[in-house]
Amino acid sequence: MAKKAVKQTNGSRVDQFPAPTPAEVAALASCARHGNKPDELLEIFHDLQHQLGYVPDATLPVIAKALNRSRAEIYGVLTFYHEFKRHPVGKHVVKICRAEACQSMGTDALCQHAEKSLGTSLGGTTADGMVTIEQVFCLGNCALSPAIMVGEKLYGKVDPKRFDEIIGGLEKEAAE
Amino acid sequence: MIKIFVPRDAAALSVGADEVAAAIASEAKKRKLQVEIVRNGSRGMLYLEPLVEVTTANGRVAYGPVAPSDVASLFDAGFLEGKAHALGHGLTEEIPYFKNQERLTFARCGITDPLSIEDYRSHGGFVGLAKALQMKPIDIVTEVTTSGLRGRGGAGFPTGIKWKTVHDLPAGEKYVACNADEGDSGTFADRMLMEGDPFCLIEGMTIAAIAGGAQKGYIYVRSEYPHSVHVLREAIEIARRANWLGDNIQGTKHSFDLFVRMGAGAYICGEETSMLESIEGKRGIVRYKPPIPAIEGLFGKPTIINNVMSFAAVPIIIDKGGEFYRDYGVGRSRGTLAFQIAGNIKQGGLVEKAFGVTTRQLIEDWGGGTATGRPVRAVQVGGPLGAYIPESKFDVPMDYEEFAKVDAMVGHGGLVVFDDTVDMAKQARFAMEFCTIESCGKCTPCRIGSTRGVEVIDKIIDDIDRTKNLALLEDLCVTMADGSLCAMGGLTPFPVMSAVRGFPEDFHKPSPNKFLADAAE
Repeated sequence: MAKKAVKQTNGSRVDQFPAPTPAEVAALASCARHGNKPDELLEIFHDLQHQLGYVPDATLPVIAKALNRSRAEIYGVLTFYHEFKRHPVGKHVVKICRAEACQSMGTDALCQHAEKSLGTSLGGTTADGMVTIEQVFCLGNCALSPAIMVGEKLYGKVDPKRFDEIIGGLEKEAAE
Repeated sequence: MIKIFVPRDAAALSVGADEVAAAIASEAKKRKLQVEIVRNGSRGMLYLEPLVEVTTANGRVAYGPVAPSDVASLFDAGFLEGKAHALGHGLTEEIPYFKNQERLTFARCGITDPLSIEDYRSHGGFVGLAKALQMKPIDIVTEVTTSGLRGRGGAGFPTGIKWKTVHDLPAGEKYVACNADEGDSGTFADRMLMEGDPFCLIEGMTIAAIAGGAQKGYIYVRSEYPHSVHVLREAIEIARRANWLGDNIQGTKHSFDLFVRMGAGAYICGEETSMLESIEGKRGIVRYKPPIPAIEGLFGKPTIINNVMSFAAVPIIIDKGGEFYRDYGVGRSRGTLAFQIAGNIKQGGLVEKAFGVTTRQLIEDWGGGTATGRPVRAVQVGGPLGAYIPESKFDVPMDYEEFAKVDAMVGHGGLVVFDDTVDMAKQARFAMEFCTIESCGKCTPCRIGSTRGVEVIDKIIDDIDRTKNLALLEDLCVTMADGSLCAMGGLTPFPVMSAVRGFPEDFHKPSPNKFLADAAE
């Protein structure tokens, strides 16, 4: 909530607080829910990402103030973890496992197929904003490789055909 | 009413268990049959998931892998009476894959309803904790020491010694922390237990708290395991209501409460000190040791840190005695380990077995060879930081010391199988690449060494000064192994050098980018 200096008619300047943005409100509420405790910072980020799809930079000063930490520290934590996103992502986040067990069952080919069929590279979002694909290392489904995760739903034995079916299902769902 | 079991384990869900459960419910309704569908954990025979079981007078009968489209034919065949069907396997507990295991930690997993405390108690649950509540803390520590239990997270440090260190420190604020950041590829035992028998972990941690004098505990679960997080949070709530957690547990003087913390996709947070930082809400940067976490751990206080599997082994140790557990295993590797057979494998799953079983037995007798039907070429044992072992070492018994002798590690007991199409130079490169992505950045050998490692391996693959670069790679690996702060940089040389030594031919192929090699000359 950056203060804005506004010039008054009498020539003096006073600070005015613009109304907080919805993201800032969400950040404040989340911090309060977690007792403004610095050790719950990851939980707060998870909360925000769940609600907003990502953690907007504008929330960082708000969180820093609520937890009584420096903005640098909050920024440092956010950027350390692969899971947290700082920019908007697609409606569905599709995580493709690239770890060894999935490699042994052809995840490299699956990644190439995903990139080609969706027209974006790993870490990117489709032009229509529907799907973001990203690499992860291990989804714990190593006996049923290759594995992918869509939101919180896990899929095993995903070959290119099954991948297309899963993505097709998302598109169908959106159309309905 | 007939009981039908359809697992709720994430692996079963990944191949359609929810859809199968829904199909069974609607088919039963259509046929006006009364059935009770229980969502159990997984039996660990993941190649048969979704594995549907029906209770009969003779025991539970298994059908799998069941697709929603198979459900009508199962009803037609009379699966409710356990009758034959193409997908039938007879009595679950007579399936050789299951029958030939030694299930101690996973004794209940897949059998009970994970969130039924009554089920848990009727299958021997909380017997260990009930005993521990009446024991002197030092006697609990002694029992765990007697059992010979060693850290199941991979390092194999004796659990009893860890607990004794915390026990011996003056009373005060102490913690128990469970490492459920199961980031290693090829491992899923922690996940299976958390989703299939969460009370077992809660019980083990509570016993640890009594032994060490801790009041609060945390379970650090990776964000890739949302199902585990949900099940654990629910199970903790149920345990609190039943007074197996909270103040004055079961009317005794002991109080302990437990919280779940979710990671955020950082592999390094499986390293214990990095995990502590993360639980404290910080960047997951590893700490220097000493001080060891048993003395200065979470929030600077004495902390018992163990892996899910270590804590989950404790209830049975206290229930049946340390000697009972010690009687399984070989050498200094006592008890059982939950081996996880994964990757390119026909019959992947979890096999709990006493130490001493061999890689060959696991991948041939249980695994049934590769899924692709091609010969097995390499098996990576112990996760991304474990060695790739060639066929010549498949008969080394699973034993911490025996594996160390052949420059490999048992680790968490995960086996990732590769067929003969694998390119080991590519796997070695990946090990280094993985380290560049997941290094916390605190120490130079790991942060910079891994980047240089990728570059050097690229040169080897491209046949640029191959002999010189192979020597350089070896030198770099020695530096990383000896100079890194933690196991991330310290063990990355394991998969790399095991690939170089065990599969040298893959590092001497013609360059795929011949012009690079030519240009270098």
